[in-house]
Amino acid sequence: MINEALIVSAILFSIGVLGVLTRRNAIILFMCAELMLNAVNLSFVALAKLHGVTGHVFVVMVMTIAAAEAAVGLAIVISVFRQFGTVEMSALRTLRG
Amino acid sequence: MNGFYQFQFYFFSLIAIVSALLFVTRKNPVPAALWLVNVMFALSGLYVMLDAPFVGVIQVLVYAGAIMVVFVFVVMLLNLGRAEVGDLRSLSARLGAGFVSLALLANLLVVQRDRLPRTPLAPAVDNVVTPVAASLFTDYLVAFELTSVVLLVAIIGAVLLAKKRVTV
Repeated sequence: MINEALIVSAILFSIGVLGVLTRRNAIILFMCAELMLNAVNLSFVALAKLHGVTGHVFVVMVMTIAAAEAAVGLAIVISVFRQFGTVEMSALRTLRG
Repeated sequence: MNGFYQFQFYFFSLIAIVSALLFVTRKNPVPAALWLVNVMFALSGLYVMLDAPFVGVIQVLVYAGAIMVVFVFVVMLLNLGRAEVGDLRSLSARLGAGFVSLALLANLLVVQRDRLPRTPLAPAVDNVVTPVAASLFTDYLVAFELTSVVLLVAIIGAVLLAKKRVTV
């Protein structure tokens, strides 16, 4: 089942990349990042069957960092919405020459 | 591995992949978030089947129960619960993105093929929480304490960033 889990993980990660590349809504982009983190977590758990419980420890760390990232990222999204009135990434063109 | 285990494994995998595809194709953020919660639940089932019940429970509690609630909360706070016009990129950009993600998928599948021994080294044990806790609180104690600092910084940063007036 480890092979199958790794394949599912690869598919989920690719779907997350597809979402990041095709969408402009900042909140959806964050959710795609969460999907990619989840795919990596699935790899960790699957490989923990081969290499012991260290993979589970890594998953716990990744989840904590994902929670911190979601909190800070969504706060930034709120600030961006206050500043620009939208969360579309294409509206953030202040730095464009 | 008996047939029922395999059936369940493929079932949860199918749910996860189909929900993820539905998630990236929804225009409205709220259904997208709910489909992502569905992915989280299916992944939690996969974790339990891969001898990681603790991670499965944490997945439901933290991801489905906390992180996704924050996402939906922000969507409601900003009143974004409708499809935005310019959300999807142009057709050529979408085709390019599909090509890139298919190439990445092919790469990942080739890389993970035939590299590792595919039989578990240790037999499955019933109690997996004790080794995880022992490892977390001895070998990785510094990292564990540092994550608490990271969380504290994230809390302060989130409050500062989302405050009404930021005076820098």
